[in-house]
Amino acid sequence: MPEMRTETMTVNMGPQHPSTHGVLRLVLELDGETIVGAEPTIGFLHTGIEKTTEQKKWQQVIPLVERMDYLGAQSNSLSFCLSVEKLLGLEMPDRVTYIRVLIAELQRLNSHLVWLATHAMEIGAISVMMYAFREREQLLNLNEMLAGFRLFPSYIRVGGLRDDLPRDFKKAVKALLDKMPAAIDNYELMLTKNQVWIKRTKGVAALSKELTLGLGLVGPMARAAGISYDVRKTWPYLKYETFDFTVPTRTAGDVFARYEVKMEEMRQSVKICQQALQRIPPTGEYDCGDTRVVPPPKDRVYTEMEALIQHFLIYSQGFTVPKGEAYVPVEGPRGEHGFYVVSDGGNRPVRVKARAPSFLACQALPFMIKGGLIADVIAAIGSTDVVMGDVDR
Amino acid sequence: METPVQSPMDARVLDLVRQAVSADALEPVSAVDMPTAYVPREHLVAVCRTLRDHPELQFAFLVEITAADYHPAEPRFEVVYHLACLGEAFAQPGGAAPPRRLRLKVRVPDNELGELDLPWVHTLTELWIGANWLEREVFDLLGIAFTGHPDLRRILTPDDWTGHPLRKDYPVQVRKDSASWSPMELTVEEFAANVRSARAASSAAARPRED
Repeated sequence: MPEMRTETMTVNMGPQHPSTHGVLRLVLELDGETIVGAEPTIGFLHTGIEKTTEQKKWQQVIPLVERMDYLGAQSNSLSFCLSVEKLLGLEMPDRVTYIRVLIAELQRLNSHLVWLATHAMEIGAISVMMYAFREREQLLNLNEMLAGFRLFPSYIRVGGLRDDLPRDFKKAVKALLDKMPAAIDNYELMLTKNQVWIKRTKGVAALSKELTLGLGLVGPMARAAGISYDVRKTWPYLKYETFDFTVPTRTAGDVFARYEVKMEEMRQSVKICQQALQRIPPTGEYDCGDTRVVPPPKDRVYTEMEALIQHFLIYSQGFTVPKGEAYVPVEGPRGEHGFYVVSDGGNRPVRVKARAPSFLACQALPFMIKGGLIADVIAAIGSTDVVMGDVDR
Repeated sequence: METPVQSPMDARVLDLVRQAVSADALEPVSAVDMPTAYVPREHLVAVCRTLRDHPELQFAFLVEITAADYHPAEPRFEVVYHLACLGEAFAQPGGAAPPRRLRLKVRVPDNELGELDLPWVHTLTELWIGANWLEREVFDLLGIAFTGHPDLRRILTPDDWTGHPLRKDYPVQVRKDSASWSPMELTVEEFAANVRSARAASSAAARPRED
């Protein structure tokens, strides 16, 4: 009998692979079906957004940062605006704050729905994708109502919001929110007790509590491993301390625990949205009214000389931001998200650095998949919810 | 008139770190959002170790590592570390420390070059395993070498890229070709031989079997 050959095999997974969420390349070393080595290669989507922001005026940065994490666009613009507003020392009126809460939570729902749809589809539950995208479509319609853009509305601006809420917006949101709890029940009905789903996810790609934090993973990944950290609770922004919601936590740290945490987060987001909806007054201001940053209303621009000059200055030269640096974290769909911004007192940033949760999740992939089977790689990538736009920037 | 220091650093944090490391280990500065301090380059690892392990501090969460280029000022670079203590969410067995945030900055001069002929700081990978990629990104985009890093390679740009794009003296909007892709080059003879052998193989496969 000839001697059995036992060398390991190197396999390339990606960058053109439908389950790698874009262009993630994994060089896997396989011993049969078991993974003995993994090396993620990234950078295929690197577009130098951080360098580009240094050429733009502060307000012009917003559409750029929205394109980093393209599934959580308004979470990016929110965290960028909060950092810049910290430097400017701006305080937002309650109405703006609550509208921002509503937008941020709708964005979280939106992002989690895409995660659920793609994650379940990759593991083989294709119907879930159809149902989740049905609701996600309506969330995109809301974005379209808001700003005419479906993925990157750029609605949150430094100094407030782009415009007031459109007519019937609250009604449309309410109609969707009323449907959401039943829709989430429906997704759970298809997955939570599904034996195939459980076998593919329970005990797969688990990370310990210490390793999770050592790798810099926070957000749903950490909460699934037993770290009950949520920026909204620990360092509240946007008056989150006045909202009634809980932070779901699990201790297993595997793919199934991450799934459970995110499903519960969607329910909590719906709850927060409903509270925010009640608190937003029908009419009122939609910016902070600071004339350094916010252009005057159009009727004054057309009738008053000073307003016209102010309008012209803001749109031609932008506004200056006091010298200094700021980092204000928010709880994005993928965990703590924030922008470290540095200003030298000019009208353009000196440095804008995003804390990208997906970047760190990508780094953690080998720790999750080593020793597992090649089929589990798909489940692991899906559970980290990486967005390659956020990884490569 | 001097403006008061905003977001002052907790005196207890200062004391503990200065006791454990050195009297000049932390130099607090004013910042609008969170307590901030400069750390001398030689004390960085010791300061971080104290902040992470001391039961009253427990800054177990390395939020991020980044750097900024202040060209042409000197010292030119500042490497910035954000740390956080998560309180009850992640506590040492003896009990939790209050949740806190902290920013450490290290001044890195451009005129003392270390490894790879680049300005340098010590790596934090021995304290936080997740510092690996964060430091690789800073190395790639700003050209700061992390001494002691186990795997200091480019991460976002191609391996054969020259220059560090986020430096202020790096030009904007230039088109660069990367040598990662190069056309296959064959001589006429190699090409002809290649075609001949392919033809022979295909005709051999097409020949009817003799059974």
